[in-house]
Amino acid sequence: MFSSLKFRQYAIQIFLLLALVIFFLFIANNAEENMAARNMTAGFGFLEEKAGFPILFSPFIEYNAAINSYFDTFLIGFGNTVLVSILGIITATIVGLIFGVARLSQNWLVAKIASVYVEVFRNIPLLLQITFWYFAIMIPLLPSPRQSFTLGGDWFVMNNRGFYVPEVTGDGLSTLLYALLFAFVLIYFFVKWAKKKQAESGTVLPKFWLSLLILIIVPTIAVVFSSGNLELVFPEKGRFAWRGGWVVIPELAALWLALTIYTGTFIAENIRGGILAVSKGQTEAALALGLSRSQTLRLVVIPQALRVIIPPQTSQYLNLTKNSSLAAAVGYPDLVSVFAGTALNQVGRAIEIISMTMLVYLTLSLTISICMNIYNSRMKLRER
Amino acid sequence: MLKNTFKLVIGLFALSSMVVASAGTLEDVKRKGYVQCGVSTGLPGFSAPDDKGLMQGLDADLCRAVAAAVLGDASKVRFSKLTAKERFAALASGEVDLLNRNTTWTMHRDTGLGLNFAGVNYYDGQGFLVKKSLGVKSAKDLDGASVCIQAGTTTELNLSDYFRANGMKFKAITYDTSDQTRSGFEAGRCDILTSDRSQLAALRLGLKNPSSAVVLPEIISKEPLGPVVRQGDDQWFNIVKWTLNAQINAEEMGITSANVDKHANDANATPGVKRLLGKEGGFGAKIGLSDSWAYKIIKQVGNYGEVFKRTVGADSPLKLARGTNELWSRGGILYAPPVR
Amino acid sequence: MTLQEFNHRYQNLQYRPGAVGWVFKNLLSSPFNILLTFGALYILYLIIPTSLNWLIFDSYWEGESSQDCNFDAACWVFIKARFNTIIYGFYPQEHLWRPNLVLLLLVIGLSFVLIDRFSNKLRLRAGMVMLFAFPFVAFAILHGSLFGVEIFDPIVRTEQWGGLVLTLVLSLGGIVLCFPLGILLALGRQCKTMPVVKYVCIWFIEFWRGVPLITVLFMAAVMLPLLLPEGTEFDKLSRALIGIVLFEAAYIAEVVRGGLQALPKGQYEAADSLNFSYWKQTNLIILPQALKLVIPGIVNTFIALLKDTSLVSIVGMWDLLNSAIGSTRDPNWIGYIIEAYVFAGALYWLLCFSASKYSQRLEKKLSTER
Repeated sequence: MFSSLKFRQYAIQIFLLLALVIFFLFIANNAEENMAARNMTAGFGFLEEKAGFPILFSPFIEYNAAINSYFDTFLIGFGNTVLVSILGIITATIVGLIFGVARLSQNWLVAKIASVYVEVFRNIPLLLQITFWYFAIMIPLLPSPRQSFTLGGDWFVMNNRGFYVPEVTGDGLSTLLYALLFAFVLIYFFVKWAKKKQAESGTVLPKFWLSLLILIIVPTIAVVFSSGNLELVFPEKGRFAWRGGWVVIPELAALWLALTIYTGTFIAENIRGGILAVSKGQTEAALALGLSRSQTLRLVVIPQALRVIIPPQTSQYLNLTKNSSLAAAVGYPDLVSVFAGTALNQVGRAIEIISMTMLVYLTLSLTISICMNIYNSRMKLRER
Repeated sequence: MLKNTFKLVIGLFALSSMVVASAGTLEDVKRKGYVQCGVSTGLPGFSAPDDKGLMQGLDADLCRAVAAAVLGDASKVRFSKLTAKERFAALASGEVDLLNRNTTWTMHRDTGLGLNFAGVNYYDGQGFLVKKSLGVKSAKDLDGASVCIQAGTTTELNLSDYFRANGMKFKAITYDTSDQTRSGFEAGRCDILTSDRSQLAALRLGLKNPSSAVVLPEIISKEPLGPVVRQGDDQWFNIVKWTLNAQINAEEMGITSANVDKHANDANATPGVKRLLGKEGGFGAKIGLSDSWAYKIIKQVGNYGEVFKRTVGADSPLKLARGTNELWSRGGILYAPPVR
Repeated sequence: MTLQEFNHRYQNLQYRPGAVGWVFKNLLSSPFNILLTFGALYILYLIIPTSLNWLIFDSYWEGESSQDCNFDAACWVFIKARFNTIIYGFYPQEHLWRPNLVLLLLVIGLSFVLIDRFSNKLRLRAGMVMLFAFPFVAFAILHGSLFGVEIFDPIVRTEQWGGLVLTLVLSLGGIVLCFPLGILLALGRQCKTMPVVKYVCIWFIEFWRGVPLITVLFMAAVMLPLLLPEGTEFDKLSRALIGIVLFEAAYIAEVVRGGLQALPKGQYEAADSLNFSYWKQTNLIILPQALKLVIPGIVNTFIALLKDTSLVSIVGMWDLLNSAIGSTRDPNWIGYIIEAYVFAGALYWLLCFSASKYSQRLEKKLSTER
């Protein structure tokens, strides 16, 4: 009896493997036959060919359609996907945190507004939201370049071509960046030291404000005393649109906004769930110890809630990254829009291009999962 | 469980042996009883549904002409609405028998994708649509402009080439569909919209205020648009090619849907007319069709000039001039090989 | 009165009965709360009157053409005029009774399944009918033929389906079709004795969960034709459905796995002790209990799928979103884009919100039952 069960289990597994192999061979064979019948060639050689088509937005790589290859368009698309994902993750977390806490507010009105926000935007398709912000709000309702909305001269310019702020350039820029980096290292050690001190003597230092001070003072000193100078390049009116300065194009803005609002609702629910999971006794005990409400939240509730919050948060970040692929609907040049869209159309290598695109998303998913797992294991309850 | 697994494996084998021995497209079409024709998702004048949902336009009527030639009935056609992205895959996979989707004939597409272009049914060229308020008179004034453009088209490549050749800079906002392109242009996301000139006319008509935009005089590329078939089926290729040629020849000979019966019954007709209408020479058999193939095309769909006038020309909202698409004998470049 | 006294009296206001007490307790309990309340009121003051005026009070309801509207407020005339396109797509106007009949059957069938006033036995039977028979009936009515047998005249090919009907076909069809595959994957992933089965299932699930649906739809649209034997034909709808089913099965599998893991170990041991075969154990003891636990999860997956079906508009299908936006391209109705978005958004919202409320109620009920 036992051996026959064992035999059956082996047989099933071997059959499954065989079936898979046959299936993949079948697919590969079809692809080969179909492509041969159509005179199509396979392979990744096309990646070195000149792309020749324009790309709207390429903040990391200088792009020239006449010089750059299809592989470069792949990198640009990838970079833009990562950019909007990171921006979206940051803002969605902030929005989610605010509304998640607001839903639990003692203030009836605030709690109601927060739940209306969550229930409305969670139940409307993201694609609809993205195209709504773009085609129904930003493009038609923002002023045209000639009637731009400006703030403080040219410090901030807003029109339907983008949101402009002055760009910081000059040879002092690298000094500034190094100084910022140095300031962060300094803050890291300062916080570590302050925690140690608190554990030893009980003195509580205003960590946040002192850190902020470091962050401002160190770069200022570096810039003032170094030889390099910093320049501000203001956006200026051109013949057709504004030029110069840092600009957030409306495609990015709409996608970013929609991703933030949509994912924010899910994050708000996570955070609310996490806070509710911390038993009321914890809050009461902390208050009884004389901690203030904000201290209770910061020192007692949030650290415990985070353990509940982080696993579902990971999947929200994953979703946001995957959802950024809807960029094609508003013309933001992300990976899917540039590479699996335009490039695919120009060269027609469906199998190669779709596989590469999927592989990138799988890798991104895996990376986010691993990062969050590491963070999660560090936040775990350490029993002493 | 074992039994189920067996079934699965057997099923998979059965699946792999299911490779349908594909007959020629002509036999397929005759067996199905209709022509499956790939058209655009909505481009006025070329292929766009009217208020009854019927596909109308120059490309759609070429599909009808093929159906008339092959099946004797112009209505025996089914349309697949395809995006620019899907079109070649749909043709290659056999989902459509014929692709009439304002597709530009280029060397890469003709040689590298396993396709054959069966002729040109509209000679187009890329142009620019500009907001009147900008006061631009020529495309040479467009340095620094933002351009709205549709993804996955030859226009994207031409645009880059043109601006580079003239030493001008531009920003291209690439949308997925031509409707989005128009919305972006209308709302002012870009200063110019670039596309084939025939489409510019249609897109301009779709603006809230058509007179607020003008088409610039420059034509920056050659865009011969034509029907596409799969490579390797010469019979079907010939049928599509000669359907178009028959319509052009009919216009040249002055045969219209109104007078085709008179010509067909006229014993004194010229030999050319007789050959075209199947009274002499037996040319239908040479492409696997009945001898009255061209008669049916002209009777049911009309000659090229009639179709043009009805769909994109004087009788249509687009009101495009014949221009390049006029017969060679009247100053255009339309020139069909003779039936002989 | 000292500040302390004032504070004391102020705090006591919270304990007054009725509305006054409620307001002081919930809106004005502390300086911070007062600030929040007035801030929130100001924001509401900014948003609500303008939107209500635009949406309702100043909007246009009467008339037939765009002449009856102005751009200063919502033009619901436009929605009225294009209502059929938005709901039914290009389905032939004179045969609209067919999608209407399907919608009616759907509502009746679902109410038998969902309303808990009916006996469990009836609900289970209705569920079976909806799961196994309804899809065929619906297809036969909408399309006009089943397995090549013509039932209704004329045949309405799937290319003509559209609007809300197509969205429902894709989402309901997707969830029904991905169910068996999802369950198999979940069981496979739990399988401890056969590592090959387990890892194949894990790979499959993690692969589809790691890629965006839009790439899956692209794959179904441009890659699938190359991977199948020449001559195999699918219409656009089936290709999109294949993509959706593969994608969604992975998510359903994870939901079902949650249910399998939540079952007390005793259930597995008891099933073992009965000396049942694996399939008998699973079908009679494990699955019924696990599935009951995960119904809320399945409803949530369905909500996600319903929203995700809007992506088919990117591959050129005329679902609810695309039909609504497409209606604004009608030369007679150019420029009423916000109305289209609001209407489509409201329809999606209504469906998703009611489904999510239902699933929340179920969840509550399940947690009290245990």
